[in-house]
Amino acid sequence: MKNIKWSKTTRKNFLTYGLVILAYVVMQILGGAGLVSSSLKGMLVPICAYVVMAVSLNLTVGVMGELSLGHAGFMSVGAFCGTSTAIILQDSISSAPLRLAISLVVAAIFAAIAGFLIGIPVLRLRGDYLAIVTLAFGEIIKSVFNNLYLGVDSRGLHISLLSDRTNLGEGGKLIIGGPMGIGGIQKISTFTAGFVLIIITLVVVFNLVNSRAGRAIMAIRDNRIAAESVGVNVTKYKMMAFVISASLAGAAGALFAMNYSTFVANKFDFNTSILVLVFVVLGGQGNMLGSIIAAAALTILPEALREYADYRMLVYAIILILVMLATNNPKLKSWMDRLKSSHKKVKEVA
Amino acid sequence: MSPKLVPIPSKNMIPERDIDKPPVLECINLGITFGGLKAVEDLNLAIGKTEIVGLIGPNGAGKTTVFNLLTKVYQPTSGAILLNGQDTHNMDTIHINRAGIARTFQNIRLFSNLTVEENVKIGMDSQMHYNMFSGLFRLPGYWKEEKATHQKALELLSIFNMADLANARAGSLPYGAQRRLEIVRALATNPCLLLLDEPAAGMNPSETAELMENIRKIRDTFQIAILLIEHDMNLVMNICEGICVLNFGKVIAKGTPEEIQANPAVIEAYLGKKREA
Amino acid sequence: MMTFLNFLISGISLGSIYAIIALGYTMVYGIAKMLNFAHGDVIMVGAYICFYAISRFELPPVVGVVLAIAVCTVLGIVIERLAYKPLRSAPSLAVLITAIGVSYFLQNAALLLWSPNPKVFPSVVGDGKVELFDGKLTVSHVTIVTITACVIIMIVLTLFTETTKIGKAMRACSEDKGAAQLMGINVNATISITFAIGSGLAAIAGALLCSAYPTLIPTTGSMPGIKAFTAAVFGGIGSIPGALLGGLLLGVIEIFAKAYISTQLSDAVVFAVLIIVLLVKPAGLLGKQIREKV
Repeated sequence: MKNIKWSKTTRKNFLTYGLVILAYVVMQILGGAGLVSSSLKGMLVPICAYVVMAVSLNLTVGVMGELSLGHAGFMSVGAFCGTSTAIILQDSISSAPLRLAISLVVAAIFAAIAGFLIGIPVLRLRGDYLAIVTLAFGEIIKSVFNNLYLGVDSRGLHISLLSDRTNLGEGGKLIIGGPMGIGGIQKISTFTAGFVLIIITLVVVFNLVNSRAGRAIMAIRDNRIAAESVGVNVTKYKMMAFVISASLAGAAGALFAMNYSTFVANKFDFNTSILVLVFVVLGGQGNMLGSIIAAAALTILPEALREYADYRMLVYAIILILVMLATNNPKLKSWMDRLKSSHKKVKEVA
Repeated sequence: MSPKLVPIPSKNMIPERDIDKPPVLECINLGITFGGLKAVEDLNLAIGKTEIVGLIGPNGAGKTTVFNLLTKVYQPTSGAILLNGQDTHNMDTIHINRAGIARTFQNIRLFSNLTVEENVKIGMDSQMHYNMFSGLFRLPGYWKEEKATHQKALELLSIFNMADLANARAGSLPYGAQRRLEIVRALATNPCLLLLDEPAAGMNPSETAELMENIRKIRDTFQIAILLIEHDMNLVMNICEGICVLNFGKVIAKGTPEEIQANPAVIEAYLGKKREA
Repeated sequence: MMTFLNFLISGISLGSIYAIIALGYTMVYGIAKMLNFAHGDVIMVGAYICFYAISRFELPPVVGVVLAIAVCTVLGIVIERLAYKPLRSAPSLAVLITAIGVSYFLQNAALLLWSPNPKVFPSVVGDGKVELFDGKLTVSHVTIVTITACVIIMIVLTLFTETTKIGKAMRACSEDKGAAQLMGINVNATISITFAIGSGLAAIAGALLCSAYPTLIPTTGSMPGIKAFTAAVFGGIGSIPGALLGGLLLGVIEIFAKAYISTQLSDAVVFAVLIIVLLVKPAGLLGKQIREKV
């Protein structure tokens, strides 16, 4: 193994891994030295969850090129299934990290199943119609969890819709309480778990993109008709990307939920989907490092604007609009391109 | 249910060397109507195993529609297409490609954000075998097959001397190179019949001359048949062994380049009817 | 039977409001090919203007509505000029995010200006109602006015786009902006007018919506906005009769789902119907399926 010539993408991928690891190490050292404020500490797990959400949505939006407005729906599926699993396993598995790991896997599996079922109708549509149907599914998932009751007792699991008809026996426990959501959660999500989940997500997404499947998915994005003409199985590859994206979002949802003692279905609504979409667009479609930075920065930003109190969301909105206007300004764009190319030339000369 | 048609030996003009082999493609009474308009009607055509055939005709004659029928972008409303003697009525675009028909497009359709090499590799996707998990976890199957694919992609690109462009973005290539890349990508699918839709469009005379050489070279190296649509008569008359002329969706003439050049119906279709004085 | 009729009438009434909002979505989409997610918040602004005009300044309701229309029309033009026009050639996702930014902006500005406390909106047509069949069927004045307004707006808008010069310019622009420009149509002005009309309609919808459902908060416009957007897609986005059909169907389905299936799951039912319709007709009920030419 000598003189490996890394391609540009490989270099960028390793840079991404490196920066994520660096960020984790720095935070651990600062945390150990007591230099991290408690409010930031409380945000570490949500940041990790949003990073995973952004990277997974970027797989759908950036790599596959389809707009999804219901990504929070998969987060919701993961949050409810994962947290329920953790509560059910509370007595049988005492090790919190193991319980968390199992819950995240269960969350990912359920979200993947949801992704597959939703993918069947969704992926037949195109463009804005696809987008509106993902929005619709997100809302449906929210409504269903808002009216779902799940309880456990000695006889097993009991599920009912609309009203609590679980009729739990003695010692039974209501896990999901309809609009009350899930309460009494043990907060077992940790920053380290979040970091591991981010790394796993990056490995999955990068390796997928740099395999035949990823190539095919991007080919379909660039030109579906041409992809079909060279024998690429469009349905299979789109479904693959969609399901992987959904399952990662599910794991992120479970991680997110188990950072709180209680949560409700309305937490994962249209606005959450949009929030994650904003991370993806600001970070750059297909640019995973960009998604990570955007997700982290924009989760901290409203917090950092706290001194402006009431004005912070207004400022957030204005920043969002200005950034979109600036990054899409043709004059600014050509200026940036010139800057880039002159930079390149300097490099070549040197 | 469209009735299954029995292949009939069509009287055709397959070149001598292919005459003892069954034709790669046979169209029998092939036709399609779009809401009453007969875009293609009663097309009968046979193409020999290693033949280069030209499909010509005035604008709007239905040439590209024939390509779309052969690749099942449109489902024919009548007739049958036999590929290597096998009926294709239940195949879609993807299956047709896997069965052996590859094409290029009149308006270039590359994967423009991917590199040249990736474009070619996508052509080989249906011949690759490692599954998603080998890809996700980088198992040995991944490395082995990716390496082989990389080699083959470079080999194919070198037909058109494009191997050094392997890492360029396909969309950034000049027009002529994009057309050539489309041909390479189609070849990568390992076809037995290659459909070229106006391969010389937008090329200058020296590029066209080079293209002609390359089309012959492809046929000789890969021993495949080529059906091409082209308006450059110099190219068509030079490299095609058989020519089929379409007008208003119907075949008005078939034959060798010499026969076509002398055919009064063809001259009329292209130049209009001579006015009687 | 009478209860069924009652539900049907309230469904049509709600649907009429959706239809008026959906018109704004559909016209803007048709011409600018963008999903204007801030449209729902223009409704909210219209409702607040109307509220303050009537309750605080004690103007007659009609004046309040006209004032709301005027403010929203200007607001629509300003939003288009400042936020969307610079992005005319940008990727559609960038425009979408900007629209979301505008939506956040309007909501939070409203929060600061008018506080998060709910306002009780005074009905612009009073609380009267008509009783039919010995009181078995009651129809409120709001319902009557809403349905009438929707019908009038539809007729006027159809005539406008079919016959007037500006209307024809709008249709030309939605077919092909480049060609329209070559024919001497001022594309930018036409888009501005479209936004103006859409936003004016949003103001009317806001007043009617809050007359029927009187709680007014800064996020009042969000959900009706999303529903109306769904209605526009349902009927075939870009099509004016489609918006009417989609809006009415959506309203009726929602009310029936609430009455006969479940109040909590009514939104889920509405969205499920949307999904089924799009699977059968991928471009909506009255939308044109555009096939990509190969």
